[in-house]
Amino acid sequence: MNNTLLIVLLWPLVSMVLSLLPAKEAAGKTAFALSLAGLLLSVYLFLGFVPANGMQQVMSYAWIPALGISFKIGMDGISLLLIMLTNVLTPMIILSSFGRKIENPKAFYALILLMQFAMLGVFVALDGFLFYIFWELALIPIYFICLLWGGKDRVRITLKFFIYTLTGSLLMLVSLIYLYLQTPDTHTFDIDAFYQLKLSGSQQAFVLWTMFFAFAVKIPIFPLHSWQPDTYVDAPTPGTMLLSGIMLKMGIYGLLRWLLPTVPAAVHEYGFLIMAFCVAGVVYASCIAIVQKDFKRLVAYASIAHVGLISAGVFTLNSEATEGAVFQMLSHGVNAVGLFFIADILMTRLKTRNLAELGGIVNNQKLFAIAFMIIMLGTVALPLTNGFVGEFLLLTGIYAYHKWMAFFAGLSVILGVVYMFRSYQAIMLGSRHLSDSDFSPLTISEKTVLVSVAALVVLMGIFPSVLLDTASPSVKALLSLINAQ
Amino acid sequence: MNTIVILSVTGIAAMMSDVFKLKKALFGLSLLGLLIALVFSVYDWGQYASYFNQMVLTDNYAVVFTTMLIGMTFLWFLMSKDFFSSHSSASEHYALILFSLTGGVMMTNFSDLTILFLGLEILSISLYILAGSDKGNLFSNEASLKYFMIGSFATGFLLFGIALIYGATSSFNLQEISTYVQQHNGSLPAYFYAGILMILTGLTFKVSAVPFHFWAPDVYDGSPTLVTTYMLSVVKMAAFAALYRLFINCFAPVYEFWIPVFAIMSAVTMLLGNITAVYQKSLKRMLAYSSIAHAGYMLMALASPGIASKNALVFYLLAYAIATLGVFNVLYQVHKVTGREEIKSVKGLFRKNPFAAIMLTLCMLSMAGIPPVAGFFGKYYMFVSTLNGGLTWLVLIAVLSSLIGVYFYFKVIIAAFQEPELENTAYYRQPSDFTVLYICGILSLLLGIMPQFVAGLL
Repeated sequence: MNNTLLIVLLWPLVSMVLSLLPAKEAAGKTAFALSLAGLLLSVYLFLGFVPANGMQQVMSYAWIPALGISFKIGMDGISLLLIMLTNVLTPMIILSSFGRKIENPKAFYALILLMQFAMLGVFVALDGFLFYIFWELALIPIYFICLLWGGKDRVRITLKFFIYTLTGSLLMLVSLIYLYLQTPDTHTFDIDAFYQLKLSGSQQAFVLWTMFFAFAVKIPIFPLHSWQPDTYVDAPTPGTMLLSGIMLKMGIYGLLRWLLPTVPAAVHEYGFLIMAFCVAGVVYASCIAIVQKDFKRLVAYASIAHVGLISAGVFTLNSEATEGAVFQMLSHGVNAVGLFFIADILMTRLKTRNLAELGGIVNNQKLFAIAFMIIMLGTVALPLTNGFVGEFLLLTGIYAYHKWMAFFAGLSVILGVVYMFRSYQAIMLGSRHLSDSDFSPLTISEKTVLVSVAALVVLMGIFPSVLLDTASPSVKALLSLINAQ
Repeated sequence: MNTIVILSVTGIAAMMSDVFKLKKALFGLSLLGLLIALVFSVYDWGQYASYFNQMVLTDNYAVVFTTMLIGMTFLWFLMSKDFFSSHSSASEHYALILFSLTGGVMMTNFSDLTILFLGLEILSISLYILAGSDKGNLFSNEASLKYFMIGSFATGFLLFGIALIYGATSSFNLQEISTYVQQHNGSLPAYFYAGILMILTGLTFKVSAVPFHFWAPDVYDGSPTLVTTYMLSVVKMAAFAALYRLFINCFAPVYEFWIPVFAIMSAVTMLLGNITAVYQKSLKRMLAYSSIAHAGYMLMALASPGIASKNALVFYLLAYAIATLGVFNVLYQVHKVTGREEIKSVKGLFRKNPFAAIMLTLCMLSMAGIPPVAGFFGKYYMFVSTLNGGLTWLVLIAVLSSLIGVYFYFKVIIAAFQEPELENTAYYRQPSDFTVLYICGILSLLLGIMPQFVAGLL
């Protein structure tokens, strides 16, 4: 039996323990090296993947047999791409924290690795209960990352974040138990059993709304987003990157893997309503982003707009939009990490992120300016960048579903240009001349992160088919499962 | 039966120890007595033996609860050495605790209403005295008096109820009552139902369920911290064991009559307990209200009787008692060092003793019901059995009130990780101060990862 997936899953847990061993000063480097090793492992996993084979490397151990709970994991193209996203971003996130003052670094890096483990678990779990456990486990490290290393209002904000997401999680638990009780005689949490359930209309509606709430909070979908801007702004940068880069994808992945195939009839019935919420969120968040003064907060609102578009695509149930959603999850992850890192560089150098107080950085920071430019173009979906592929597919799919929906969703691109260009102009351009003492040159680790993000933006834009071909058969299989019922 | 005998003998020996100048060895002797009782209790597994004219029945249900009671008392002893050394009347304290444990064990073994009554009285009377054992403290005296007055009142209800049941069925024996009720279901006199309600009132007083909870915050808050710990962990366990045993074994045929009562009680109790706990500044009082809320969750087991809920109750009680012991261990140490019992007195724990802070976090997460610690599975099993019983609305209320719970449990966690208010390097220097906390934290985690060892016992 092939155990690569299990090794990839457990590696962060091993890394977490190993990263606690060396001295304080070496904690960051150790964590970085270990997460790079994890990346290599997942590259090996990627190379061994056969897109046409559907769910692969499935393994199942009875965990609590009396309750039909098993440790069942496996991956298809969608899971694999998210595993890759997690394992590519984690080393970058760790690297991006180098040179920053972090108290108690051992605990900090250990929590990041624990987070990585939990998120990988969410992406590979094929048992409802296991999925829930990983889902909740991801919440605890990020809570402590925000609480212990966050900004000055962190206690209030992180508690709000925690209770908000826990509300969703518990409702999801209720609906998972509900599904579990509907399975035939010896109840089970197995995902295949969930797929085979024949639920009545009202049962489906109950499951849809309870489960949707959990995912909608995490993503977040308007109007359940109110925890997000504060939390993103107040969290330490690596925490924000984890939240926006990877963690919110747990919500979209949950929609795809757990919600849509389980209750297809309810999705057909209420899909339009949900999509209207998503699209409303797109327009709403974009408009708010335009008037933001703080760059980090601006990126936080932009993030709501982007994920709103992705979730709208998920509910169209056609293959263009769904593939677009999968692709856009990856691009958004990469771009968000890039943008939040830029916000962090500004903050550490100039002690402000206020657009009005910035300007003129381009005059002596060419590399920074170019990298920022590329990431920004990726965010506004210029052709040949990663954003274009995803948004194009998404808008095509949404157009096929409903014309006016696509019109409003398309506003995200236009409004995106407005707020991104406006902020680039305010931050980088202008006649003001900064000396090296105002804005010290980028360190090697900072350059590495910026260049790799920019490279990913371009590469994913030019060669999207590598990723799309991986996801495409799995997306088709998923959609046929949904439309069959 | 052996267990009851051993515990009583240990208690009597403790009382006599003054005469034989054995005071120094008393701590070791009590632990030894508990261990022997524990062994005998486990030995009874699967035996189903009846004693004393069918008045006591050691079935597996009794064995599980007896073992848990003794185990928790053992842990309690480990953290409570001070309680015995700092007071003049140590041997009485030993004896009272052991007697109340004996009463608790009787409450899990009874198969006759008289034994239930006896057990409850032995348990309670010891506690009335213990609640007032901090003689110089006004609040301790108040707690004792209040507990005694209201406790006697509740006992009165219970006794009245027992009398009415006897009047209707002409028996004290659970089995006989059950058979009688089954045969005459539909033609039972009204005072039989009144009897059920009176017994229900008397016993829910003891588990501090709303609306019979008014005594609880003051008593839990006023009693010496270690006595409160004992009440919250061991006594609550015994009271629930008795309540569940009685209603399942005896009144099961008329379950339609009492299920709605418990369901509504459960919902109100968990909401009220959690909401009131939010406003507390004192950690001890917050835990008192939180224990009321937990009683609400445990009542869910009575609202959906069956094998599943029996196991759920066992798991929930165990997880809850373990977490309570751990948290109170911290509270007690904090009180010793700072002289205060507020939530903010915990500040700086992480700085002084990181491991203790992490273990406290585990216990708190367990109380809040967050995976992967034991408390989560307690709630999980409870939710499953309740959904199975068809009470979806109750589960939704339980979910809602758990969320409220998260808010105040996390206040403690946050405080533990904040900077201390007073710089005092003497804080928590003795590692042994936190032994019980460490045991409880690790047990909570283990039970959360491998719940199947306890979950499917019955």
